[in-house]
Amino acid sequence: MRRRLSGWWWAALGAVGLPHDRWLSVPRLTRRAVKTAIWLGIGLALVAAFGVWKTAALAVAAVVALLVVPAWNRLPYGRFFVPLAVIGIVVAYPYYLGSLPQLPVFGPFPQISTMVVMMIFTMMALGLNFVVGYAGLLDLGYVAFYAMGAYMAGWFASNQFAKQHLNLGAVGLYPGWSGYHITIWLVLLMAGIATAIIGVLIGLPTLRLRGDYLAIVTLGFGEIMPQIARNGDNLFGTGFNLTNGTGGITPIDGPGFGNWAQAHLHLPANYLNASNFDSLYLWTSIVLVGITVFCSMRLRDSRVGRAWIAIREDETAAAAMGIPLMRTKTWAYATGAFFGGVAGAYYASYKSGAFPDDFFFNISVFILCMVILGGMGNIWGVIFGACFLAYLDREGLANVGAWINGHFHTNLNVPLYEFGIYGVIIVVVMLFRPEGLIPSQRRAAELHEGVHDDPLYEAETAGA
Amino acid sequence: MPTVAALLVALLLVWLAINLAKGPAYFTNIAFIGLTNGAVYALVALGYTLVYGILELINFAHGDVFMLGGLISATMISAVFGVTTKSSTGFLVLAIVCTLFIAMIGCGVLNAAIEFVAYRPLRGAPRLAPLITAIGMSFILENIAIGWKGPGYTALPNVLPKGDVFSAGGVTYTWEKLIVVLITAPVLAALVYLVQRTRQGKAMRATAQDRDAAAMMGINVNRTISFTFLIAGGLAGAGGLVYALYFGQLRYDSGYQLGLIAFTAAVLGGIGNLPGAVLGALCIGFIQAFNEGLRWHSPGSDWTESIVFSILILILVFRPEGLLGERTPEGG
Repeated sequence: MRRRLSGWWWAALGAVGLPHDRWLSVPRLTRRAVKTAIWLGIGLALVAAFGVWKTAALAVAAVVALLVVPAWNRLPYGRFFVPLAVIGIVVAYPYYLGSLPQLPVFGPFPQISTMVVMMIFTMMALGLNFVVGYAGLLDLGYVAFYAMGAYMAGWFASNQFAKQHLNLGAVGLYPGWSGYHITIWLVLLMAGIATAIIGVLIGLPTLRLRGDYLAIVTLGFGEIMPQIARNGDNLFGTGFNLTNGTGGITPIDGPGFGNWAQAHLHLPANYLNASNFDSLYLWTSIVLVGITVFCSMRLRDSRVGRAWIAIREDETAAAAMGIPLMRTKTWAYATGAFFGGVAGAYYASYKSGAFPDDFFFNISVFILCMVILGGMGNIWGVIFGACFLAYLDREGLANVGAWINGHFHTNLNVPLYEFGIYGVIIVVVMLFRPEGLIPSQRRAAELHEGVHDDPLYEAETAGA
Repeated sequence: MPTVAALLVALLLVWLAINLAKGPAYFTNIAFIGLTNGAVYALVALGYTLVYGILELINFAHGDVFMLGGLISATMISAVFGVTTKSSTGFLVLAIVCTLFIAMIGCGVLNAAIEFVAYRPLRGAPRLAPLITAIGMSFILENIAIGWKGPGYTALPNVLPKGDVFSAGGVTYTWEKLIVVLITAPVLAALVYLVQRTRQGKAMRATAQDRDAAAMMGINVNRTISFTFLIAGGLAGAGGLVYALYFGQLRYDSGYQLGLIAFTAAVLGGIGNLPGAVLGALCIGFIQAFNEGLRWHSPGSDWTESIVFSILILILVFRPEGLLGERTPEGG
């Protein structure tokens, strides 16, 4: 981890007379002290930039002291400390948001609702990371899984099917309800499984295609599905209303644990009735992201995960080693689809609706941009990319635009150029740092050395 | 699988035959619309196929180059030349020809510049890297259009004459449709001449066939690739003019959808194959027109995109070499 960050950084330091080996010859304690001083300096410089001193400075000093000073990696179970501390900081976010200062340029810290969306997009980006980052398959129709998840929530947690009448643990139903109402917790799982099945169905015929053809085919599916959603209020002239057309399915039930759980376990009965409902959604989404991160790490190091990476690096060699190409790729596709579906269903529950516009191609590119910016294949990079871009989308760009217009007396509508900015990010990252901001070491090596990425069928005919 | 495909095609033909029998004149009129659509698609599809043939890259930004060509044309015709519905025919022809050249040169240079900036540095990178930058370029171009014209539609006056070329027994063929073909045909003829008969065309074909061998034979591969992008961009510019004239309005995202349809046409004909692209474009044009126009059991315009993309998926999965075969444009 240390070594990975250092490449160009140490090259720069070497240029000014501090080569890496000389640094390593300094006693360990001194090194740690110097590092702590550097981090404290960076933290305090940031605080000084905000213009608020006492409390913020203390907080920064405390966080730095806790995270950097002790050699956590060397302590028993110490490796869990930093992730747990980060989770704690995020979980407590609603409590200290009010006392946070304004950032320069970016303005206030994101609201809790924005944090929820950031978490949801983190889940989707991690899901896409299975496909793009691990298995190296470009999926331009990932939004289809997200929207399928949203529609699953629409079908099984709303009044959509007026002739049906089923309540399975749903909360907050009004008198006179109809349709299927299954508790959101179960719907999340159902949405994940259903989208994974759809992923397999789409994948089986198409995954044998070459990389760029696969990208276009997934894009095609991503264009067909919204049309079905738009025209699905009267499928084939039968009058069967599957998707409620352009109006979308709304409202969708909120999550909750019911009255019994509230009375006995102090869990919220219905999120939508709670006064801190954004916070409840945030905490739930943190749990979901945590599960996704856990699965990402465990799957990456599992047998199938190593097979994904092998296929990404060299399909021919992987096949020669006995990896079943189709099955392995399909697993990657299905896993990615699963998390996309769960995230979609959760998002649908949060915004209480599933709409055909959810299938917008730009969302696919938006999620892809998160993965590319953060670093394909690296979980922490993808989380960073997702949080940062989702924040930009919801609040950041508007704030930055307001700052630019205020300081330079211009009249730019910055959010209008949102996707142009993402386009620039994509191009610049791919040209100058294809491994992303926080790279996965293996992926970086591939992207720089180039790989033998002719697909198998071409290798077969190459000699002919 | 071949049986299923044959069955599908047979059903399609039966459906067309019944529609033809129910109203031959109406059917012919719809077919004329399809021909016109196909001509526009052909200009764009050729750009995809040229670039794919030489680099094996799906130039995702191509549709947006086409869109910018349309915006350039709309600006030239309505703002620079000031053509109105009352302009004389001679002036109209002059303005269209001048606009055609300007749009072709502008888009050609733009496309070559995109290749230079976004694709050339990634020559040795994994295959997906330039495809990803192409998507990024596509968004950048769309936002250039937003910055230039705003997010709304840019309309231009209905300058093409609407009169009939001929009209017999309910079958009418209007001048505007003929003009689309009249602009498209010479451009296509010039392209065929360029690829088949000139030295530069020979270099293009050689580079498409084997880049390393071409380089060893003294062909400047990078310059040939730039030239190919220039030509592809020029075709997109011509397509943009035709689209702007015929459909009368376009905006920043017009190129995305049409680009995908044109790419489907290129794949249908056999990507990398120039005649295939034209054939595929005509097929897609007819399919779209019949689907949207015919009265007897047609799915209607709500389903056009689904049909086109289903064709794309089916072709890629079951016959990736397309209708005319040949994965590379060795035959030109």
